[in-house]
Amino acid sequence: MTQLSRRRFLQAGTAVGVSLVIGLDTNGTLAVASTNTDASINPFLKIDGDGTVTVIAKHFEMGQGTSTGLATLVAEELDANWDDVKVDFAPANNALYSNLFFKIQGTGGSTAMANSFMQYREAGASARDLLVRAAAKDWGVDASEITISEGLITHGSKSAGFGDVASTATTLEPVASPVLKQPADFTLIGRDYLQRKDSVAKTNGTAEFAMDVKVPNMLYVTLLRAPCAGGKLATFDASGAKDAPGFIDAMALPNKAGVAIYADSTYASIRARKLITATWDDSEADTRGSEAMMAEHVALVGADPQFPATPVDIATVSALNSDAAKMVDAQFTLPNLAHAPMEPMNCVIEPTATGVRVHDGCQMPTITQGAVAAVLQLAPENVEIRTVFAGGSFGRRANTVSDYHVEAAMAYALKEGKHAIKLIWSREDDLAGGFYRPMSVQKVSVGLDENGRVQGWEHRLASQSIMKGTPFESMVVHDGVDHSTVEGIVDTLYQIPQMAVGVSDYSTPRPALWWRAVGHSQNAFTMEIMMDMLAHAADEDPVDYRLSYLDEGDEKGSRFAEVIRLAAKESGWHERQKGEGYGFAAHFSFNTYVAEVAKVSLVDGKISIDKFTCAVDCGIAINPDVIRAQMEGAIGYGLGAIMRNQISFKDGVVEQSNFPDYEPLRISDMPDVAVHIVTSNEAPSGAGEPGLPPAGAALSNAIFDLTGNRNTELPMTVHGVSFA
Amino acid sequence: MSLTLKVNGENREINSPPDTPLLWVLRDELDLTGTKFGCGVASCGACTVHVNGRAQRSCVLPVSAVGEQEVTTIESIESKAAQAVQQAWQELDVVQCGYCQSGQIMQATTLLEDHAKPDDTQINTFMNGNACKCATYHRIRAAIHRASEIMEA
Ligand code: FES
Ligand code: FES
Repeated sequence: MTQLSRRRFLQAGTAVGVSLVIGLDTNGTLAVASTNTDASINPFLKIDGDGTVTVIAKHFEMGQGTSTGLATLVAEELDANWDDVKVDFAPANNALYSNLFFKIQGTGGSTAMANSFMQYREAGASARDLLVRAAAKDWGVDASEITISEGLITHGSKSAGFGDVASTATTLEPVASPVLKQPADFTLIGRDYLQRKDSVAKTNGTAEFAMDVKVPNMLYVTLLRAPCAGGKLATFDASGAKDAPGFIDAMALPNKAGVAIYADSTYASIRARKLITATWDDSEADTRGSEAMMAEHVALVGADPQFPATPVDIATVSALNSDAAKMVDAQFTLPNLAHAPMEPMNCVIEPTATGVRVHDGCQMPTITQGAVAAVLQLAPENVEIRTVFAGGSFGRRANTVSDYHVEAAMAYALKEGKHAIKLIWSREDDLAGGFYRPMSVQKVSVGLDENGRVQGWEHRLASQSIMKGTPFESMVVHDGVDHSTVEGIVDTLYQIPQMAVGVSDYSTPRPALWWRAVGHSQNAFTMEIMMDMLAHAADEDPVDYRLSYLDEGDEKGSRFAEVIRLAAKESGWHERQKGEGYGFAAHFSFNTYVAEVAKVSLVDGKISIDKFTCAVDCGIAINPDVIRAQMEGAIGYGLGAIMRNQISFKDGVVEQSNFPDYEPLRISDMPDVAVHIVTSNEAPSGAGEPGLPPAGAALSNAIFDLTGNRNTELPMTVHGVSFA
Repeated sequence: MSLTLKVNGENREINSPPDTPLLWVLRDELDLTGTKFGCGVASCGACTVHVNGRAQRSCVLPVSAVGEQEVTTIESIESKAAQAVQQAWQELDVVQCGYCQSGQIMQATTLLEDHAKPDDTQINTFMNGNACKCATYHRIRAAIHRASEIMEA
């Protein structure tokens, strides 16, 4: 790429219909350019001649509201009119658009707003400064006398829109570190309601998902895959499909993972697939069933842990607990889960002059770019990633092997690049397709002294590691312990004396994957049920008992205590009668503090989940209404799984095939949800995931309060709970 | 053999085989991609369209069974109820990923045409087949109440 000279920017800036573009140049400093110039400036924002502000989102939009959030940051510092702001998704480019926490371009771990908070504000502030100076120059007035409000630049009786001065602005040098607003001056950040940028397109059918992409000369492809993970294609016979309407071809994937079925429409491929038979070599496949898997996990937590995850070891604490006044023991079993986002996996690959373009709701653009480039033997920069809306993910789209993109690339390569390829997964493919949340079995024994205080906490855990063998291993795995397996336990904010955690890895060729809230989705369930059991054993109020373990002299401890008190207050916790069906749980994850109170009742002998009260502290609330939506959604997503979802195996084959046997949460299951956000000026932290971890424990604790039955095995419906 | 389909007020020639589900004819042949594929077995509602003004799952409706009936998709709903639903959805920012929402809106429109003022039980019953994995249900309920208010005004 040629580095554009400053002089050429100036020339370009004088062109008619020019756009002002602010972004990092290739040295990583803020720079200005016009959109008509060389692409070596990849911007965070553009201002068109008509005044439209386009924010370039480096994070994708799976529903979590990030595109609205990034637009808010820019618009705030720019003093733009919200209605003039639109959002485009960035192309793949690590140097310009990486997640500042991950060093690759990707969305996950509830980091989107946290890592972008300063970066996108600076882009907005820098552009504002240019517009002010441009107006001052055009009008021959002092820049300090110019004001901007809601997209209008004013000096005395003179006023102009952003588009009117954009051309002059491109001739000016941006300041190195623009001055940012003080939080007290925010008008958009923190505004209780600001319409989502994707609201209109998603209510009139125009929002574009990869599933909707159609390009010239495109073949539709579904895959016939091995029924057992790790199975390899031995033979296949497509003669049954030869006369099927629209069927074009069937070809074995080069890695023997399956057969690509080419057709002239999605349905033609789906139909032909039913007529094609195959045999599989299962010699390297995992053919275990769920019962055997569970038994192996149970055996692992019964034996000495493979890896100590705390400085104190289990044997020491075990000895310490020999004189406990009371022991509280529980075993937790959590099943494999699929993510099952509403839009099944799919993507489109089409040829370009120099390589290919991938259309995808792309969660990790630069990983996908590299993975597709490797299959097609292209230079990564010749793989263009065009990101469109993603119909949910919950972690599924982000995996370090880019599974579905690689499948599409193989199908593309088999046709020698002569056709564009649209790869479509059906719901059946999605549920059978692996990359599940790992199964987890946890065995916890806590010794209480005569005052009901913890004297020793023994926690044994068996699960498949998510991070081992991935590029994230060196960041997340230490001394054999995958931190994502024990997060939320070893780093609990409760000041627990003598806590020993030991981990054993379960191994299988089946890939494991993060699921919304990763290890916290499992570990908050165990921790917060334990806290409830301990409070009962100590004959103390569960909220007071939790608070008594927090160090409120410490910032984290005090912020955690605040959400606990807020949820208790707003739910009427202290006014309740015992046995009325209230359950409490709180958890700290993704640097965000959440406490939830569940209220359940019995309807015809079945559990009805009536209400969730949620208190959250995620630092400064950039878009409070988006945060409320994320808490509501995360609670719902968590509850659906906790109530009745599991992926189970018989002889290695997944037993669930479609929604009827992997039943999503339905509207009739959804409780009323009230979200209370703590006012804060601390740095923003996660919002997409932290609402989920406490939900299951709050529900389980509420059911215990109502019925006296403890539920530590999931999903609940498989273990004796009926829901109304 | 080609079929004629009445879609969004126009007659369209269809070349897909007659047993093709309406969903795929709309999406792949007519480029009406606002109607979504979520399960293909009538258990999620993402593919909901109006057939003669009534919500139906297009993923299990062979195009040959549509006959003379009028098909309306999210791209061209314009009844009073539909507009109220879309407005309420926008006011309350119901959407998250948005993938289920065309179907939700088509279903909610039929509900409001049947019951101008549905209560929560009626909403839960009528909307129960429309899954939303983002769990926007809490807002869907509120937005249906809001749409009902808008229609009254
Ligand atoms: S796609 Fe038709 S109901 Fe799911
Ligand atoms: S908004 Fe994502 S599935 Fe409903």
